[in-house]
Amino acid sequence: MKKNNVGTGVGFVLILVWCLLPVAWIISLSFKSPEETAAGSPQFLPKDATLQNYRDILDNPDFVDALRNSFGIALIATFLSVVFATLAAYAIARLEFRGKKAVLSLALAIAMFPVVALVGPLFDMWRTFGLFNTWPGLIIPYMSFTLPLAIWTLAAFFREIPWELEQAAQVDGATSWQAFRKVIVPLAAPGVFTAAILTFFFAWNEFVLAISLTSTTGSRTVPAQLSYFVGPDPFNPPYGQLATASVVVTVPIIIIVLIFQRKIVAGLTSGAVKG
Amino acid sequence: MSTTVATPAAQEPQRTDKPAKANVTARSVAENRLGLRLVAPAVILMLLVTAWPMIQALYLSMFRYRLTAPDDKEFVGLGNYATVLGDSLFWQDTFNTVLIMVVTVAVELVIGFAFAMVMHRIIFARGLMRTSILIPYGIITVVSAFAWQFTFSVNNGWVNSWFEWLPWIGPDTNWFGDHWPAMFAIMVSEIWKTTPFMSLLLLAGLSQVSEDMLEAAKVDGATWWQRLFKVILPNMRAAIMVAVLFRALDAFRIFDNIFVMTKGAQDTESSSFLTYRQVIEQLQLGMGSALSVLLFLTVLLLAWLIVKLFRVDLAQARGEG
Repeated sequence: MKKNNVGTGVGFVLILVWCLLPVAWIISLSFKSPEETAAGSPQFLPKDATLQNYRDILDNPDFVDALRNSFGIALIATFLSVVFATLAAYAIARLEFRGKKAVLSLALAIAMFPVVALVGPLFDMWRTFGLFNTWPGLIIPYMSFTLPLAIWTLAAFFREIPWELEQAAQVDGATSWQAFRKVIVPLAAPGVFTAAILTFFFAWNEFVLAISLTSTTGSRTVPAQLSYFVGPDPFNPPYGQLATASVVVTVPIIIIVLIFQRKIVAGLTSGAVKG
Repeated sequence: MSTTVATPAAQEPQRTDKPAKANVTARSVAENRLGLRLVAPAVILMLLVTAWPMIQALYLSMFRYRLTAPDDKEFVGLGNYATVLGDSLFWQDTFNTVLIMVVTVAVELVIGFAFAMVMHRIIFARGLMRTSILIPYGIITVVSAFAWQFTFSVNNGWVNSWFEWLPWIGPDTNWFGDHWPAMFAIMVSEIWKTTPFMSLLLLAGLSQVSEDMLEAAKVDGATWWQRLFKVILPNMRAAIMVAVLFRALDAFRIFDNIFVMTKGAQDTESSSFLTYRQVIEQLQLGMGSALSVLLFLTVLLLAWLIVKLFRVDLAQARGEG
């Protein structure tokens, strides 16, 4: 038993190093001055830590625009996707109807769909419909690609809800609206919330469609903007600024993870094991 | 949030009222109709952005069609497919993609399982562990690619100085100057970012293995390895299959890491990258669509293969055990 505990402790430290070292590295890099990285600075920590990169990046209108686009597009796509997924998941968890299996299989197939295969036709269609380089042009595909994950997660959550409680509350004199608000919403909310977090992660991370279906900072999201941020010399990218931008866009992720870690783990694994 | 869930319940009274008046069949008809109505928006949305463009791609793939010269659009039948399948670049990229998929999934399975074992056993700092394991999962892939690109950078990376003691690494080792080192760097970034997801899926499977069974095996004198291979792994086959299926198909779509780290230089291009380049950079919609269709078919084939492979494998494992 003792030997096992030592092994677990060592594993624990290794996991922390594995997960956090690259994050520590970009944070450290973000404090290195442009002069230091231009001259070549292979040591881990900065020689003279400076906030210059943060001032530059937050003054950069392209980056600020991209941040706004990312937040806007990801939040709207998340909201709409979760609304539709909730309807579908409710039906899948509670109702008997023909085609239930087909819907679940379709969702699974779309979760595995190679997104790049759609870039060509979508590019063509979006230009015809005037959706190219607009927010809806990204929101619509993001909804479609997050729906499967949201439906599976929510259906797994909804199956666990003791729906009889609703009837019980009504028997005790609650109106159906009260029964829904006071009994079902508190039970369903954690699942809906978890699905929203996972959906947000997807939309915040998405890259292929973001570079293919946008052309200006009017709708380009952060991942796409970062990849265009290479600077004049491809062999000498602006390390410090890129690292700083990376840190800035990772902050929301870290905050969400810190607050909701338990829910995220539950959401990620629920659909997989029970589905 | 309440608006989000309000709609299904708004339909609720309608559903519960019905059975009181009508007979069983009418009730099930109504339930059927409501169910279809509730899933319809999601299904339409999913099909609108996948099935419809895919049909479009199938149609466009039969044409020589370059966006800069739309008037020269010309029907070529299966000509684009013949061109693609006869091109060594296509096969090189497919090989790269399959190699990345196989290596990363295999490595992730091992590391992910080790992580899952640690997370399963650990009794302290569970919150800290969960938080740190979710950071690579949540981080933007482009950011991960930059972090690792800088890690392997000649002038500004720490790999060369930290691992100088290895015979094949020196202070001037240029990781992005040759095919294999560049592939290695790309795979490291991919593995770092996605191992947490794998380990969480495996952890879910691991926690379903019955402790009693493990205890019984121990009492019967099974060694640690025997318990691992004869008890733990066979009992988590469902979780392993789900993890491998999801990750393999995800790895097959690899794009972000390659785009950021090498832009396809040193023959590190993947199938997704080739498709993207044809469509967006060269505006060859016809050829690009043919590539899209082939990519789609490959993914279908892979999914089928993985499902098949695991069934066969598991049947054998059961026979042996």
